[in-house]
Amino acid sequence: MPVRLIEQVGRQTTNALASLGDFAQFAGRTFVSMGPSWFRWKNVRLILPQMYDVGTMSVPVVSVVGAFIGMVLAVEGYTQFKALGQEARMGSVINVSVIKQIGPVLAAVMLAGRVGGALTAELGTMNVTEQLDAMRVMGADPIRVLVIPRFLACILLTPLLTIYSDFLGVLGGWLISVKSLGIPNDPYWHYSALGVDNWQIFEGITKSIFFGAAIGLIGCYKGFTSGAGASGVGKACTESFVTSFMAIIILNFFFAQVSKDWYIAIYGVTSMFGS
Amino acid sequence: MPLPIVEFRDVAKRFGHLVVLEGVTLSIQRGESIVIIGASGSGKSVMLKHIVGLLKPESGQVWFDGTRIDTLPERQLMLIRQRCGFLFQMGALFDSLTVGENIAFPLVEHTRKNPDEIRQVVAHRLAMVGLPGVEYKMPAELSGGQKKRVALARAIALDPEVILYDEPTTGLDPVRADVINELIIKLQRELHTTSIVVTHDMASAFKIADRIVMLHAGKLIIDGSPQQIKDSTNPIVHHFVVGEADEKELSVLKG
Repeated sequence: MPVRLIEQVGRQTTNALASLGDFAQFAGRTFVSMGPSWFRWKNVRLILPQMYDVGTMSVPVVSVVGAFIGMVLAVEGYTQFKALGQEARMGSVINVSVIKQIGPVLAAVMLAGRVGGALTAELGTMNVTEQLDAMRVMGADPIRVLVIPRFLACILLTPLLTIYSDFLGVLGGWLISVKSLGIPNDPYWHYSALGVDNWQIFEGITKSIFFGAAIGLIGCYKGFTSGAGASGVGKACTESFVTSFMAIIILNFFFAQVSKDWYIAIYGVTSMFGS
Repeated sequence: MPLPIVEFRDVAKRFGHLVVLEGVTLSIQRGESIVIIGASGSGKSVMLKHIVGLLKPESGQVWFDGTRIDTLPERQLMLIRQRCGFLFQMGALFDSLTVGENIAFPLVEHTRKNPDEIRQVVAHRLAMVGLPGVEYKMPAELSGGQKKRVALARAIALDPEVILYDEPTTGLDPVRADVINELIIKLQRELHTTSIVVTHDMASAFKIADRIVMLHAGKLIIDGSPQQIKDSTNPIVHHFVVGEADEKELSVLKG
């Protein structure tokens, strides 16, 4: 029994490492194929429909998520801040949370579900119906034609959608705090400005680029390697979302760590509540 | 003897423990119309995919017009692939593109033709396969036979030297299947191509072929003219040609 268990653990570890190796190779091929020669009109024109799919079609879902994050933070935080008599300072906490952490992460998670799942389903179906092979036998590289436009659309539009989601989050937080809970407008914005500096805005946007890259690459990879039949594509879609979600959470941790270290090295320790 | 356009030299291929090809040696001459027959799962499609480098052999060599291709890197394989047209079993049309865009795909990829010239080539190829005027339809709007004809129009878009057909008549009624057979013969005659057809439809095989080979248990067991195949006394070939299960295959039905 223990031997079988060890065998199973060993096999699963080997498979996981092999998959990681395959993914690294896939990512490597994507980056290598994305040299200057890729940026010709023949290829660049392929990005536009992908930008529509990734960007325009995601606006409603990202809007709802962004606005409600800000509103929920205001509702949840108010009682505690009020008990301390510090409700005017809520703006800094809500807006830092929205811009630096929850906004980018939740927008990325929504995109992992909506965009990553759709990429895997589309490419997985192309894989099982031999459309990827058809492309190869016509002398066209599916990485160049299919993966790079989708990858670039994800990288370009995830930050834009994150900024949009952040904006609605800030608006939602302000709406509940000022218009509904009666916090004075000027102190709310004053403390918000104290809490949110350029570094935090930069951090939120920068990590959303990496989240977009992870969603694009993982979505395409899972589609290219999906198993046969409808169940194979379905399984690939599930794996695509779960893997993207984990990648976003892990990347977010490393970003938080690196960003904090650099911030302290450059500016020292500062309080978001002012002196 | 002229240089063969396609050559397999002692090719072996396995998937895991399953041996699919074992010591396959075959030369195909330019302009030939060769049909590879064999039971489902006997490795016929695997052979076709070796010719365009979609699969690599475990051992042995695959040659295309004097170039060994099983060791070629992907970039050079693409040049070889441009000289081949491949008709997939289910057509493999890009379902997000229109019929016209599907046929234009290899032209946009590999030629410097302007949009008007591309439109003309697309219309011409569709006329060749007997489907004029369907450029703006989506693949989902076509019947099974029409999809195969559009896929064939796409396969011949670049005037290939070799056309590979993977089960071209599977899933079609006898009349539609005969249309595809006639089309293969017509293209062979008009484009002077080499045709390599994989099928288990014997009516189709006898109609199209100059030469027939049979794959059984990973090995080529016969190579001859259609008449030689019909006259074969090899029981495996005979059973296959007349469409008759042997005692061993029927034994699974006996409880």
